[in-house]
Amino acid sequence: MDFTRRNILAIGSGAFAVASVAGMPAFASKTDDAIAAFTGGVGVTEGGIDLTAPEIAENGNTVPVAVSAPGAVSIMLLATGNPTPAVATFNFGSLAGSRRGSTRIRLAKTQDVVAIAKMEDGTFRRAGATVKVTIGGCGG
Amino acid sequence: MAKGVKPRVKVPKTAAAGETITIKTLISHKMESGRRKDADGNFIPRSIINRFVVDFNDQNVIDVTLEPAISTNPYFQFDAVVPEAGEFKFTWYDDDGSVYETSKKIKIA
Repeated sequence: MDFTRRNILAIGSGAFAVASVAGMPAFASKTDDAIAAFTGGVGVTEGGIDLTAPEIAENGNTVPVAVSAPGAVSIMLLATGNPTPAVATFNFGSLAGSRRGSTRIRLAKTQDVVAIAKMEDGTFRRAGATVKVTIGGCGG
Repeated sequence: MAKGVKPRVKVPKTAAAGETITIKTLISHKMESGRRKDADGNFIPRSIINRFVVDFNDQNVIDVTLEPAISTNPYFQFDAVVPEAGEFKFTWYDDDGSVYETSKKIKIA
């Protein structure tokens, strides 16, 4: 095959398309890996858990989030668009008054925040919220 | 030990036996994520609080694992049951091995 200009352009754009497609799942799978590590491969169902996060966060350095899941043993928070998705894990003890926690988190860009709750019966629940971030919070 | 670390907690002074109360905690800490760069383009090493534990009379209330995505001056709000008079013990564990502690007594009204 001789490399005409047309051929090289075709190869180049093809390679670019492959690279951009390959880039996306790699990012998503970090979150999936974190979820799998938390659940141990058990299926996750929607509902039974509330995640409160602002629709628009002007400053990604401090975004208030609250999570609540009655009957949960522990709740994991994940930021799917951060360089490392893990944010925090709440483990509730015998004197926890409710299965609820609030904190402030960093978000690098506009993304989905996901909460996974481990329930007392061993099932897992999931909730998500999209947060629009005006200024990213990872020093960028 | 990171500089200027000051824990602050807000716990009611009294509660009814068995009542659920809300506790707010804040600790001043820069929570260096390890992803920021200094003026020369070198990464500033990670230095965060990685664990926060609350106990009441040696029974656990909440145990939180913190990652670099927690904001500067980590703030937490949560609920606790007060079965009897006693003392809440708050403990923060730093990456550098230091431990910050504070406690609050609560009476039964």
